[in-house]
Amino acid sequence: MSLIRLSSPHVFKANTSAAVMQQVLLATLPAIFAMTLFFGWGTLIQITLAMLLALSFEAICLLLRKRSLRFFLTDGSALVTAVLLGLAIPPFAPWWVMAVGIFSAIVLAKHLYGGLGNNPFNPAMVAYALLLISFPVEMTRWTLPFVIQGDGWQVASFADTLRLIFMGMEPVWLDTLTGATPLDVLKNRGGMTTEEVWRSSAVLSQGVFAWYAVSGAYLMGGIYLLYRKIFTWHAPVAMLATLFIMASLVYGIDPYNYADPFVHLGVGATMMGAFFIATDPVSCATSNKGKIIFGIGAGLLVYIIRTWGNYPDAVAFAILLMNLAAPFIDLYTQPRSYGHARARVGIKDKG
Amino acid sequence: MSADYRKITLDGLWHNNPALVQLLGLCPLLAVTGTVVNAIGLGLATTLVLIGSNLTVSMFRSLVPESVRLPIFVMIIAAFVTAIELLMQALTYDLYLILGIFIPLIVTNCAIMGRADAFASKNTVAASVTDGVMMGVGFTAVLMLLGAMREALGLGTLFSNMQLLFGPNASNWQITLIEDYRGFLFAILPPGAFVGMGLLIALKNILDTRIKARRKQAQEQPTGSKRVRVTG
Repeated sequence: MSLIRLSSPHVFKANTSAAVMQQVLLATLPAIFAMTLFFGWGTLIQITLAMLLALSFEAICLLLRKRSLRFFLTDGSALVTAVLLGLAIPPFAPWWVMAVGIFSAIVLAKHLYGGLGNNPFNPAMVAYALLLISFPVEMTRWTLPFVIQGDGWQVASFADTLRLIFMGMEPVWLDTLTGATPLDVLKNRGGMTTEEVWRSSAVLSQGVFAWYAVSGAYLMGGIYLLYRKIFTWHAPVAMLATLFIMASLVYGIDPYNYADPFVHLGVGATMMGAFFIATDPVSCATSNKGKIIFGIGAGLLVYIIRTWGNYPDAVAFAILLMNLAAPFIDLYTQPRSYGHARARVGIKDKG
Repeated sequence: MSADYRKITLDGLWHNNPALVQLLGLCPLLAVTGTVVNAIGLGLATTLVLIGSNLTVSMFRSLVPESVRLPIFVMIIAAFVTAIELLMQALTYDLYLILGIFIPLIVTNCAIMGRADAFASKNTVAASVTDGVMMGVGFTAVLMLLGAMREALGLGTLFSNMQLLFGPNASNWQITLIEDYRGFLFAILPPGAFVGMGLLIALKNILDTRIKARRKQAQEQPTGSKRVRVTG
């Protein structure tokens, strides 16, 4: 009720899911542009494919579940999932990787749990984690940034990229275009110190700029969404700060064997995870205190899995694990409303 | 007390299926159903233990004191599991190696303990053996179905390595569904088992709802015309 609010503004417009999703889609544009600039047409093709598949699966599920096609198809949530997955998977991944991913995101992770608003896990991250453990070869063959290749745009023209994704290509040619990600290089360093790795790997010494630029683009999108009040600062800031502090501590103790904190923030899916995944209103914690705890947990897990786990990047796993903890966090972080007794926290006993 | 064998059979196979309804014994169910042959191997072993333990428990049901029944049941089950383990070592050694720890772990399979306590300790020998057979077959059927789903999705084959269980003649039973299949690791790994299990349970619930709706329709039709409607 706005009766109590005495000062302006007095008129509010209800924020619909569709409007929120439109803003999120708008905020991914810088990242899409940066990805295309540095990694070629692949990203755009993947996103288009993902959107078509997502809308089709969404429509099939809605028909099977006898829900309103028009209302749910136009809310844009399937499109957001599609764009995020399209940005997350390697630009030259074959089409069937995307098909399996979108199927698991829309059908398994979303509609089997009851559709938008009922999914305990972020659909795009479920799909990414599933793809990563199912197709390790396809999912770790990341496109080399065109900065390294010089004439990369000529090497992989639009038609070539299309053929690469939909018909497959002779692996020799693919090998010249793809390589490991910086986090992968830093992880599988074979006993070299951090400085030696940086000097010996072209991906790091020349190409890392591309990843920083993409992260910067995500940051821009995130700041825009913060400005539009689509989400609050708590989860992303807590996640980034925790990751930064953890990385600084370990790097400060042993700079020879661990990556520096700026690499952890600027390379890999950190920025995307912090601003576009950890802020998911459905699968993350609800209260502000809860969001901070969620962010801290995600940041810690990202660092731990990246550094001592099996996979080079860990944002998807960290967020999924925290998604699992979100209902529990919510139980213990119920805010107190002014003038009332302290909120009861924890699981209420039935007696 | 005369047992209703039709009810015992239907309960074991469908209405009270240990895997799909009671959700018991999920640990081996999810862990070893990567291929059909593993599923059949574990299913057969579990069924044999279930029959043996149900038989023994119901034979001695009047002698076992209520307060110590569970330790006694565990010992009976453990004895049968040891026997089955030795049998598998002798007959199907390769499969024994693949199934590994999950054969001794049959002792802790709650489906077996559950049947011993809930059924065999209260019913006649014949009824208990029937219950053991039917519960075992129901469990094995779900194992096989899940194994087939995961093998087809994960490896693109069906009935591979059947020689482990049925002798060298069975080595050509393998059906390759898709040539040059790249493999879908997710289906083979534990998460695939959970998802597959969830889909199977959902399928059973859908079928049950359909059957119930149809039966209701069939019941209503003949009486419908004769009944005088008193409410709007």
